[in-house]
Amino acid sequence: MSAATSTGKTPYYFVPGPSRHPVMAAIGLFFVMLGAGQWINDHDWGKYSLIFGLLWFFMVLKQWFGEAIRESEGGQYSNRIDASFRWSMGWFIFSEVMFFAAFFGALYWARVHSLPNLGSMENSLLWPDFKAIWPSTAAGFTASPAGTVEPFATMGPWPLPTINTALLLTSGVTLTVAHHALIAGNRGKTIAFMWLTVLLGVTFLCVQGYEYHHAYSELNLKLSSGIYGSTFFMLTGFHGFHVFVGMLMLLFITLRLQKGHFTKERHFGFEGAAWYWHFVDVVWLGLYMIVYWM
Amino acid sequence: MSAVLDNHGHAGHGAHDHDHHDHHDHHAPSGWRRWVYATNHKDIGTLYLLFAFTMLMIGGVLALCIRAELFQPGLQFFNPELFNQFTTMHGLIMVFGAIMPAFVGFANWMIPLQIGASDMAFARMNNFSFWLMIPAAIMLVASFFMPGGAPAAGWTLYAPLTLQMGPSMDAGIFAMHILGASSIMGSINIIVTILNMRAPGMTLMKMPMFAWTWLITAYLLIAVMPVLAGAITMTLTDRHFGTSFFSPAGGGDPVMYQHIFWFFGHPEVYIMILPAFGIISQIVPTFARKRLFGYASMVYATASIAILSFIVWAHHMFATGMPVTGQLFFMYATMLIAVPTGVKIFNWLATMWRGSMTFEVPMLWAVGFIFVFTMGGFTGLVCAMAPIDIQIQDTYYVVAHFHYVLVAGSLFALFAGVYFWGPKWTGVMFNATRGKIHFWSSLISFNVTFFPMHFLGLAGMPRRYADYPIQFADFNMIASIGAFWFGFTQVYFFLFVVIPMMRGKGEKAPQQPWEGAEGLEWEVPSPAPFHTFEEPPKLNASATKVIG
Amino acid sequence: MKMMNAGVHQAEKRPGNLSTFRLQRLAQLTLAGGAALGAEAARAVNSLPGGPIVNAINLPPPVTRIAADQMWLHNFMLIICLVIFIAVFGVMFYSIFKHRKSKGAVSAHFHESVKVEIAWTVVPFIIVILMALPATKVVVAMKDTTNADLTIKATGYQWKWGYDYIKGEGEGIGFVSTLDPAQREMSNAGKPAGDDYLLKVDNPLVVPVNKKVRIITTASDVIHAWMVPAFGVKQDAIPGFVRDTWFKAEKTGDFYGQCAELCGKEHAYMPIHVKVLSAADYAAWVDGKKKELAAKADDPSKVWDQAALVARGEKVYAANCAVCHRPDGKGAGPVKPLDGSPVVLNDDKLKQVAVVLNGQNGVMPSWKQLSDTEIAAVVTFTKNNWSNKTGQVVQPAEVVAARK
Ligand code: HEA
Ligand code: HEA
Ligand code: CUA
Ligand SMILES: [Cu+2]
Repeated sequence: MSAATSTGKTPYYFVPGPSRHPVMAAIGLFFVMLGAGQWINDHDWGKYSLIFGLLWFFMVLKQWFGEAIRESEGGQYSNRIDASFRWSMGWFIFSEVMFFAAFFGALYWARVHSLPNLGSMENSLLWPDFKAIWPSTAAGFTASPAGTVEPFATMGPWPLPTINTALLLTSGVTLTVAHHALIAGNRGKTIAFMWLTVLLGVTFLCVQGYEYHHAYSELNLKLSSGIYGSTFFMLTGFHGFHVFVGMLMLLFITLRLQKGHFTKERHFGFEGAAWYWHFVDVVWLGLYMIVYWM
Repeated sequence: MSAVLDNHGHAGHGAHDHDHHDHHDHHAPSGWRRWVYATNHKDIGTLYLLFAFTMLMIGGVLALCIRAELFQPGLQFFNPELFNQFTTMHGLIMVFGAIMPAFVGFANWMIPLQIGASDMAFARMNNFSFWLMIPAAIMLVASFFMPGGAPAAGWTLYAPLTLQMGPSMDAGIFAMHILGASSIMGSINIIVTILNMRAPGMTLMKMPMFAWTWLITAYLLIAVMPVLAGAITMTLTDRHFGTSFFSPAGGGDPVMYQHIFWFFGHPEVYIMILPAFGIISQIVPTFARKRLFGYASMVYATASIAILSFIVWAHHMFATGMPVTGQLFFMYATMLIAVPTGVKIFNWLATMWRGSMTFEVPMLWAVGFIFVFTMGGFTGLVCAMAPIDIQIQDTYYVVAHFHYVLVAGSLFALFAGVYFWGPKWTGVMFNATRGKIHFWSSLISFNVTFFPMHFLGLAGMPRRYADYPIQFADFNMIASIGAFWFGFTQVYFFLFVVIPMMRGKGEKAPQQPWEGAEGLEWEVPSPAPFHTFEEPPKLNASATKVIG
Repeated sequence: MKMMNAGVHQAEKRPGNLSTFRLQRLAQLTLAGGAALGAEAARAVNSLPGGPIVNAINLPPPVTRIAADQMWLHNFMLIICLVIFIAVFGVMFYSIFKHRKSKGAVSAHFHESVKVEIAWTVVPFIIVILMALPATKVVVAMKDTTNADLTIKATGYQWKWGYDYIKGEGEGIGFVSTLDPAQREMSNAGKPAGDDYLLKVDNPLVVPVNKKVRIITTASDVIHAWMVPAFGVKQDAIPGFVRDTWFKAEKTGDFYGQCAELCGKEHAYMPIHVKVLSAADYAAWVDGKKKELAAKADDPSKVWDQAALVARGEKVYAANCAVCHRPDGKGAGPVKPLDGSPVVLNDDKLKQVAVVLNGQNGVMPSWKQLSDTEIAAVVTFTKNNWSNKTGQVVQPAEVVAARK
């Protein structure tokens, strides 16, 4: 371990004093959970609890992060804390990888095991008309074993997903340019490229929104379109949500840059968001190949 | 310090605002804020332990309801639906509410002390991990009072049965999401603390075993909790948003749920035992007055168990009808785990061998653990043999197996740890006689409860049954009697050991209550002061003593 | 049917509501206290040949090769584990007694030995390989379901088993096997009795002795498991998929098992009873059963009047639908109400027929296996019961058409 020594006024260990943020955030999430659970069971009041909880939660996060940022800018965080943040971000991204792994695993299992099984000789006892074709719809084939899924068309890689791939890849580049500019001390350029990155992220989301609209209105491809629709929307939707979160992170980093936060040497907040963005990017490449091409 | 920090002078911080300015003050915050706004690892550790104990009581009462119903054949008290809710909630509450948080409580208390750090790496997030569990626990317990009652699909929450559950299922799913988030944050905290906050000289291979086992456990948690979250998210969308992940009519597969669940579930059971191994590895050398035998191989064995745990999950699914190759692969892989686990057992024996042993209460529990856990390990191996498992899968044999490893394993190790470190936490010694009564009574009643379940399982009594053929009556009755005895023993423990210690009644504990104890936690006074190791200590060559 | 009703009434007391806790029973038990123990000892129950054995401590006597092999493996494991256990804990207790401080033991200083550590890694490794070898053979034999003489499909329903003889002697036979309602009532009353308590069914599965029987399992709603310990068979029945297993019973007689996968509230009440007959008896049974089925079969081209269909439908409803949709048709949880349901009230009769035939959104299973007459009857019943007064009548012939 790199043993950073305490420098000047920066404490060796940073231990914050008592804080009300954690418990407040937990209370917010309680209302989120309660509301969501009730709302999806047709209790309309759940909606209000959900919204209230979310607002509450984000208020708390704002205060919490605000405090952390002040501590950081106030020079409370030593190199050791910086290293802690690095480790934690790395492990957090690992947990996200595993979250995606569950959904990719589902896709793999459905295609490689369940589908052939459902269409096998043995299973013809149960689903005599079903042909195991992925995606599970095509002209002349039953859309799902029970025939309950309305016919739909699948989402190909061209053109929207490919445009999105280009957008994300470009955003990775602009982000890196911003990073280099920050290291070089060129704040103006950093900020400009950060805005560009955020904009690319937003564009990605808009294109994806349009893609969903297209799927629902023209392809008749829905969440309920059998296992194809389930995996398609779950994977791309979960990813889209991550793009949204990553975009927010970048946005806040950009705003902080404008306020003069971060230095050439120390800017882990920036780097953490960048790691996350690259992670989201890599997941997209996986999606692009596995969901859209294969 | 700067003006920036003065911004904190708003409501809620009140009198303790000065804490922000001076992180080196030595008096603890007081009143309810000390606990609710806690950022101190010891306080948070205490909160975790109290929470876990409460959940153990609730889960235990549910277990006793199960045992009361099964005392005799014929429905005695509950209808089968309610019975299934008890079984399900007992499993969930014990696993996610009692055992896991209890180990996190230990981690909070001990890891910073053991590695010479002032606190956990992220003190506020640490408290967040704790407070997240409260709403989740409320949601879980409250689900009994929702229309249709609590989830009743077993703690494994297999689809498609979960699709038939009422609204409480959704509450349960959200609660599990929150618990998962809590575990992940807690684990990140532990890993970062261990990797980044060790005092200079405390190299990884000098670290106490408890810290090591938690490092590996935390890694397992981060790897598998998200997978569970994925599985239950799919359940949620299948229930409400028209997806068909687990519904064959739309091309999905119920067995897919099981694969994803057990990819989480099997590592999960090692999550509940590795820290127990850590505690035992601290206690045995202490009371044998001899260094832990084979420290390095202990570390490697722990790591091997963790790695192997990822490739054995389908041993829970032998009866789902896997192809021959699948059955063989999972059977072999599972059996392999006996090897590193054996290494641990043998190392403990070798540590005792030619030591100079005494049998204070913690050591009794440790020896009891080794003895009874090994029995549970052997029955695990019996389960791992696919052809035998076809007979005993989903019978009481499995229930016996996992209570041997979970109750006599995890829970006994927790008790051992409470007796071992309790004096450090509270500053008073427990009453040794009462500790011994607690131990012997628990050990015997535990076996009375769970040993007959092996017979029941072999004879073919399925688990999760509210009623059973009369031929199974006698062993069930014995088990139920044992269960109540075991339960009341824990009440005794709470009333006559825990409460007095918490109220500071008893002999004052010396800084080092155990003659053979080594390690940094014994270098601070008892009870451990609010702040410890604010400046990194200078350590001797074996990193067990502070020399400056 | 009565059994189902019993279950349903039980359910009406709002499962999950803590008020179902029976206080008087608790009081009884507390009073009885130790007396209960005595009562237990006096309870007359005999081992059931082919079923549970009173206070058995090992696997049931095997009736197939596989079960015998499993038993052998289990005993083999038991012995090895016991030997290891005694060796390991012999050492531990020796050390505990000899190396204690009170006996003046002074601790030694060794704390590692690569040689020993390698030894106790390698030896257990070899032991587990030795264990795995015989197990491998059994796994392979167990999974070999080829060349069966008789193939039977076992379908798990909440909460009964459907059996269809699909290949071999008896092909075409099909029936449903449910728990004897009296058993369910005894259970509810808390007064169990009889050697075959909870195991008695109306129609046992009948198979010939010494013939390889392949069981194909599947389910219509949730996962169940078909298990018969004496045969060494346990196979999950998974909705939408088929799995298979096999047995070749070497003895005639009655053999019992129970559902071994949590499948909802009546999980404990869906036993399996297999009757193994000699070749001649089996042939006679097949003959009789076929005649019986032919006599009972409904003619799907018959035209019914509304009252007759409703009467028939009420029975079908009670037997199949009421457990989820409730006798009052109000449903519960994710189960949609039928009373006032837009699908039921729809002018297009075929909408509801399609839902019954194909299932819906994963909660409502497909009921294809019911006969055309039964489906016509139950749909007509729901369309004209409770507050539903559509006056619509669905004839079996319309169901026949809808199936296509
Ligand atoms: C703390 C928790 C814990 C632990 C440590 C274990 C440990 C093991 N478990 Fe267990 N298990 C559970 C908790 C645990 N289990 C739970 C909760 C379930 C049920 C879940 C459910 O369905 O609800 C379960 C179910 C379960 C099954 C599925 C049974 C079924 O549903 O049909 C199987 C099958 O292989 C299994 C195997 C094992 C094995 C091989 C080990 C091994 O790790 C044990 C290794 C230890 C030893 C073998 C003893 C010591 C070794 C020696 C002394 C060395 C010499 C020995 C030899 C060479 C033989 N377990
Ligand atoms: C993780 C740990 C854990 C622990 C500690 C326990 C502890 C116990 N368990 Fe449990 N058990 C599980 C995990 C655990 N269990 C799991 C995962 C399942 C599977 C669930 C499923 O199938 O889905 C299970 C299932 C299970 C079953 C099978 C149910 C079925 O299949 O239907 C049974 C039956 O006997 C049982 C019994 C017990 C008993 C008697 C205890 C005893 O050790 C409990 C002792 C009691 C106490 C510790 C409480 C003391 C309190 C009092 C006596 C009341 C006093 C009241 C106040 C002070 C207010 N458990
Ligand atoms: Cu069917 Cu359990
Ligand atoms: Cu396992």
